Amino acid sequence: MPSTEEIRTDLAAIVNEVAGIPEADVQLDKSFVDDLDVDSLSMVEVVVAAEEKFGVTIPDDEVKNLKTVGDAVSFIEKAL
Amino acid sequence: MTSTRVVVTGLGATSPVGGDVASTWDALIEGRSGVRLLEEEWAESLGARIGARVAVEPSEVLDRVKARRLDRSGQFAVVAAQEAWADAGFEGPAGEVDVDPERLAVAMASGIGGVTTLLSNYDTLLKSGPRRVSPLSIPMLMPNGPAAAVGLLIRAKAGVHTPVSACASGNESIALGVDLIRLGRADVVVVGGTEAAVHVLPMAAFGQMMALSKRNDDPTAASRPWDKGRDGFVLGEGAGALVLESAEHAAARGARVYAEVAGAAITADAHDIAQPDPAGAGATRAMKRALVEGDLSAADVVHINAHATSTPQGDVAEALAIRNALGDHADGAVVTSTKSMTGHLLGAAGALESIATILALHHRVVPGTINLDDPEDVGLDLADKNRDLPAGDLAALNNSFGFGGHNVAIAFRSV
Repeated sequence: MPSTEEIRTDLAAIVNEVAGIPEADVQLDKSFVDDLDVDSLSMVEVVVAAEEKFGVTIPDDEVKNLKTVGDAVSFIEKAL
Repeated sequence: MTSTRVVVTGLGATSPVGGDVASTWDALIEGRSGVRLLEEEWAESLGARIGARVAVEPSEVLDRVKARRLDRSGQFAVVAAQEAWADAGFEGPAGEVDVDPERLAVAMASGIGGVTTLLSNYDTLLKSGPRRVSPLSIPMLMPNGPAAAVGLLIRAKAGVHTPVSACASGNESIALGVDLIRLGRADVVVVGGTEAAVHVLPMAAFGQMMALSKRNDDPTAASRPWDKGRDGFVLGEGAGALVLESAEHAAARGARVYAEVAGAAITADAHDIAQPDPAGAGATRAMKRALVEGDLSAADVVHINAHATSTPQGDVAEALAIRNALGDHADGAVVTSTKSMTGHLLGAAGALESIATILALHHRVVPGTINLDDPEDVGLDLADKNRDLPAGDLAALNNSFGFGGHNVAIAFRSV
């Protein structure tokens, strides 16, 4: 079971790949939309890449609740 | 015919022989071919395994994140358009430079659209299911994607267009740009064409039409317009972009002018979906109308950049059409085919070859057609080597024809 920090690091790499945001900026308290400027299509790409990376399912209805990086990391932790 | 004069103030390209206009022009003058044996695994199954990939990959030029949101054809369009925009003297988007965004339009053509995005996402769908299909697929594969990307880049708000007429698309974008300026709907229009179809499906499909050269053992000799040994075209990729501007607008900001677009004429054959009219009547009408529109006579034409794709039938039909359009004055026009070096860029061909036509007038030299070792007697002055053009006021034509019976001729005047 990966640690919270390991999940955040992997997620940061995905956000960097998809949206070009520096990995160091992808911290738990950051909002995807307001702080990181990840638009809705890029968010879908992040979700799909995260599903592949972590082997979890993130339902479409759940995505709107993932406002911050921390929200996404905790969802993935619970789903693992 | 009196109307607003339209001039060319910026050029941009990414082609099989160069990553920009300067390197492309140098290659054309040096007679370098961009045709290569395709090394991809998928090419092994094809009868025609040669193509003309761009000389410089767009990933070497574009920001990574920006590039991954664009189809390869959109990447080419952005590379060419940003060069043309800067070449016209603009150091930022409209609104920040001497162009009103609401008076700036885009017409960026494509023959086939985002075909590699479409097919790679279909592969993903079959392999991994709908959940893995990219949410960017639609904006990437839609044929207007490259035009929209260019519009975003330069902040064009007078309209963004995507003419589609197969291999005449690039020239049709120029014709549309001229119309927009003459109708008073824009002061500046970035026009051009882009194509990225070097992929197994288009290659297989063109192969089934018996349209492609199979000279796999000698790729650089494969594209040989008018040569008796020609056996089809070579598929190329890339983009060309031109900044068109009303002469008044260009003069007001002191812009450098390459040439004037004197006339642009579109006709249709109504003959066959794929075969050119053997009499070339539609092509003849296009050339004649472009000259009339530009207040030019056949005697003014010193150079023609022919469509000449290196197919047995098309090259001959076009030669006849040129003879019928210009009459005896055809003897005074040096005729060349850029495709002998670049291959056939489909929807980008007209744009790239218009750039070559403009630069021929600008530098007063016509790049020769390579591989013209044993020319067919088509009754034209074919340039088998570089040919100087005289001083003074000159006119030149660029022809593009497309499946569907589309004919577009653009008449340029030197400045």
